[in-house]
Amino acid sequence: MLFQPINKNYHEFHIDRDKDLCINCEVCVRQCSYGSHYWDEVRGKVMHDNSKCVGCHRCEALCPTAALHIRKKPSEYRGGASWRPVFMENIYKQADTGGVLLAGMGSPVDIPVYWDRMLLDASQVTNPSIDPLREPMELKTFLGAKPSKLEIETGKDGKPKLKTKLTPQLELNYPIMFSAMSFGSINFNLHRAMARAASELGIYYNTGEGGLHKSLYKYGQNTIVQVASGRFGVHKDYLQAGAGIEIKVGQGAKPGIGGHLPGEKINDMVSETRMVPIGSDAISPAPHHDIYSIEDLLQLIFALKEASEYKAPVSVKIAAVHNVAAIASGIVRAGADIVTIDGMRGGTGAAPAMTRDNVGIPLELALASVDQRLRDEGIRNQASIVAAGGIRCSADAIKAIALGADAVYIATGALIAVGCTLCGRCYTGKCPWGIATNDPKLAKRQNPDIAAKKMTNLVRAWGHEIEEMLGGMGLNSIESLRGNRDKLRAVGLSDTEMDILGVKHAGR
Amino acid sequence: MKRVYPDKEFCIGCHLCEVACITAHSESKDVVIAYTQERREKGITSCKKVFEKGHTCVAVSCRHCDEPACVAACISGGLHKDPKTGRTVYDREKCVGCWSCLMACPYGAIKRHPVENKIIKCDLCQDREEGPACVAACPNLALKFEER
Amino acid sequence: MKYVIIGNGIASIGAIEGIRQVDKENPIMVIGAENAPAYGRPLISYLLAGKIKADRMALRPTKFYELNNVELKLGTTVAGLDTQKKIITTEKGEEIEYENLLLATGGAPFTPPIPGAEGAGVYNFTNLAHAQELIGTAKDIKRAVVIGGGLIGLKAAEALFDRGVDVTIVELSDRVLSLAFDENAASLAAGRLDEVGLKVRTGVSVKEIQRDAEGYVVGCHLTDGGFLQTEIVVIAIGVVPNYNLAKDANVKVDRGIMVDDHMRTNAEGVYAAGDVAQALDMLAGENRVVPIWPNAYNQGFCAGKNMAGRDTGYSGGLAMNSISFYGLPTISVGTVNPPEDDKNFEVAMKLDEKKKSYRKLVFQNGNLVGYVLVGDIDQAGMFTSFVKFKLPIEAETRAKLMAGEPDALHWPDEFFNETWNPEHTEE
Ligand SMILES: Cc1cc2nc3c(=O)[nH]c(=O)nc-3n(C[C@H](O)[C@H](O)[C@H](O)COP(=O)(O)OP(=O)(O)OC[C@H]3O[C@@H](n4cnc5c(N)ncnc54)[C@H](O)[C@@H]3O)c2cc1C
Ligand code: SF4
Ligand code: SF4
Ligand code: SF4
Ligand code: SF4
Repeated sequence: MLFQPINKNYHEFHIDRDKDLCINCEVCVRQCSYGSHYWDEVRGKVMHDNSKCVGCHRCEALCPTAALHIRKKPSEYRGGASWRPVFMENIYKQADTGGVLLAGMGSPVDIPVYWDRMLLDASQVTNPSIDPLREPMELKTFLGAKPSKLEIETGKDGKPKLKTKLTPQLELNYPIMFSAMSFGSINFNLHRAMARAASELGIYYNTGEGGLHKSLYKYGQNTIVQVASGRFGVHKDYLQAGAGIEIKVGQGAKPGIGGHLPGEKINDMVSETRMVPIGSDAISPAPHHDIYSIEDLLQLIFALKEASEYKAPVSVKIAAVHNVAAIASGIVRAGADIVTIDGMRGGTGAAPAMTRDNVGIPLELALASVDQRLRDEGIRNQASIVAAGGIRCSADAIKAIALGADAVYIATGALIAVGCTLCGRCYTGKCPWGIATNDPKLAKRQNPDIAAKKMTNLVRAWGHEIEEMLGGMGLNSIESLRGNRDKLRAVGLSDTEMDILGVKHAGR
Repeated sequence: MKRVYPDKEFCIGCHLCEVACITAHSESKDVVIAYTQERREKGITSCKKVFEKGHTCVAVSCRHCDEPACVAACISGGLHKDPKTGRTVYDREKCVGCWSCLMACPYGAIKRHPVENKIIKCDLCQDREEGPACVAACPNLALKFEER
Repeated sequence: MKYVIIGNGIASIGAIEGIRQVDKENPIMVIGAENAPAYGRPLISYLLAGKIKADRMALRPTKFYELNNVELKLGTTVAGLDTQKKIITTEKGEEIEYENLLLATGGAPFTPPIPGAEGAGVYNFTNLAHAQELIGTAKDIKRAVVIGGGLIGLKAAEALFDRGVDVTIVELSDRVLSLAFDENAASLAAGRLDEVGLKVRTGVSVKEIQRDAEGYVVGCHLTDGGFLQTEIVVIAIGVVPNYNLAKDANVKVDRGIMVDDHMRTNAEGVYAAGDVAQALDMLAGENRVVPIWPNAYNQGFCAGKNMAGRDTGYSGGLAMNSISFYGLPTISVGTVNPPEDDKNFEVAMKLDEKKKSYRKLVFQNGNLVGYVLVGDIDQAGMFTSFVKFKLPIEAETRAKLMAGEPDALHWPDEFFNETWNPEHTEE
């Protein structure tokens, strides 16, 4: 304790070890990658250093006797409504380091979560509800541009036939996909798991900006390959390996800034896939240096369509920012088949804390305004909308669909399914759950057999819940809910908020 | 027959299998009592051994070989192959603690009992209805109990 | 009779179990000169020491023979063998036809011509009867001399000492355990015996056994002129293969009965296994008599399978001994005393006399070919794997071995997976 910076003891967590239960098995010692637990030779027992704990709960989860509890440190500052402890602690840190505060995972700040302020409808008397266990229920969703009108002709066999040629579509068994998390930011085991789960479920996972390892090409039918400003791992085979292509313009957690994968995370496999040297930092610039206008974006969209021989729909992903509706409109007009809106609560492997917590707008508002704008302009059919960033449960997903999304992306949810506890230290590369790390010793904590199973279970479970809620509303297909804001009612929202969301207040 | 197969690709070296083995072979079947009191007083020892090399770990125990070197070496009849179950069975009563099996088993699967002049060897948790405790305890599916 | 086995030791048990792996039906006949069902021969020292009771000697459960459809003729010595007619004849004149015959007659104690050795008071120590006799005698005597400081001699001495007898071991070479162990290990073992109170005389031998007028043993004259008072003498110099039956029947014999890589002798349908056989030694790459228990079982097992018609090669025996001296465990495997001037061998040793702990590793052309452990023997099996499977040893592996931490993760990857986790599929 001596000779340490004075703020060393102002740490966030406190390790509680129940003396009656701890058997000194050292399981916690081996699990903690931050060295919080240790074997004390002199005392002859396992001890800990609270200041090292990041609150990941790995030790608590694996302790065979449940002897551990990780708590927020009980000591408190006087603080006040304005000087909340987090600001003080940040200042202590920055006064020590002189550096930018880094953060991982989605923003924890207290900005309204509109999902919690909107409620779903259900049928009573006048229209019967449907029991999904007895009657067919359709969750199938197609992503891609839809024609403005359909022409039907009579085929040679005398049966009606679709005359209009459809552009490529992504067919989803559930309106849920695994969102972009690059290989490198999370490790190969989880990519394997997502790929397997997506195949098993009949949905898609997004490669993120780190390229696609050759051994995963076989899951291409369920893969969306991403092209970001760093262009890591982008080549013809890559573009043709997936069923869909996504241009990443922005990310909800850090709108306006690029990415930085530290050299320590670039091992041989990451290097091979990303096409960058082992150990060198992989930096994604803030903008795409070939996109300075909607016209530039149009060129890239068609370059990618050309490269993939028009077999894959192209999505453009943007962060939810102030002018999101107008930007989305431009994107659709530039030829995108899918627009992905990433809200400010979306996850990240590493972002400057100030950006994460203060830039962008909540997904719900962005989604509603984009959907409305595309409708108003009569181009809603030209692209599907995928909502991402902070979908926490099936109700959030179904509300997003009612607000106008065709499908949702989940990233944080998928990681929580495999153990993530949102400790937010993804950028350290020491993730004790073996998620946001390429350290082989930690990465193997994610056995793809288990991870794929958990991700599959999660989406299936949500699928059941969505069916249940749809049935409750008397609907038998997710299509019938899409953009059907009449199925939502707000509680405790202002007129402006309700206006943007396009929902009535509960009771109306 | 079903055997326990360790997977070195996904063993995370947590040693929970050892804790489980000790508990399963204790009298109390209580992890706290087994690991502390019974281990100290009765010398209960895990049949598993966890090896670690760089970032690779693996937890091994008796393979229940088809033609076991330990049985060939046992001078007392304390080890034999059960013709019905195929397991390599250890009879504590007969063992004289000559350590011939410990020397002969090239899988390092035999340990000395810390208190008695006897050996310790995996019995596939024969008295445990749910099957091997180590397999159940492994948090990462690095041990599989199956027919191969 | 489809299967006939002469001898009822561990090689015989191995053979029965080998045959039954392949052929569950045809009857087996086992003929044994001794009167007991197969027992743990090495256990006779435990019996003599009083550490175990007679009921724990049997190697297999009482029902073993019955369950395996084995006809057991005990107390019966086979006197003749006709490999042409495929008939054996017992001492009592009974003739038994065989289709497949296993000679598992083991070894016979070697007794050098020492004047005075003939007569009462001089014992061997290789079978149950010897042990029982000595148990009877030990009550009435104060002193014993054991000739031979090998494994059997030391175990006999220790056992007698446990019965309250004042024992002196006489060993011709300059140290005990000269064959299986090296100098350091032997001196630790000798030290342990000395601590307990056993006396060891090395570099001398018994010239003559002195008897009194009534013929009772009174002492031994030593080659260095000394004299040791004693009431009994136990001769434990070694065993020699018990091959006369075979030799007389023109079965090819060298130091033991010669067998090929299927445990077959040169006579059709005749196999040999155990202490009597001269079979492949893994490290030597040639046939040797290595009279140890695991080899006897394995050879019997291999012979049994071949007798029952399953073509099974013998991968070769590996010399190994595990023996404890008053709680001090010692293990030696493979080549432990390499020729001193041979540059292909390298030896690494770690001796801690205080802790009575010793480790010696012998490498030949980079491979581990033998080791000795005293005291801390827990890693023995893993060391054995490197010898037995002839695993390649890289610098890192070698460092681990030298540190006394042999490790399965230092096996070649492929071999590891085949062994521990077969059908491991990579993505
Ligand atoms: C005291 C002692 C301690 C030992 N300790 C160890 C040890 O710790 N580790 C180790 O590896 N080895 C040890 N050995 C050696 C080990 O016991 C032998 O290697 C093993 O017993 C050999 O088995 P076998 O079946 O080949 O022969 P044996 O066990 O010698 O059996 C042969 C049997 O055949 C019978 N027989 C012989 N001729 C005939 C005939 N003509 N007709 C009928 N029956 C016949 C004999 O009576 C005998 O019962 C020890 C030996 C002794 C004596
Ligand atoms: S894992 Fe639990 S029981 Fe084991 S040392 Fe840590 S706190 Fe104690
Ligand atoms: S103890 Fe060793 S030799 Fe015996 S069955 Fe188990 S792994 Fe095989
Ligand atoms: S230690 Fe026990 S089980 Fe092992 S060989 Fe000796 S007697 Fe048999
Ligand atoms: S419990 Fe599983 S992961 Fe942990 S050490 Fe044992 S085998 Fe390895």
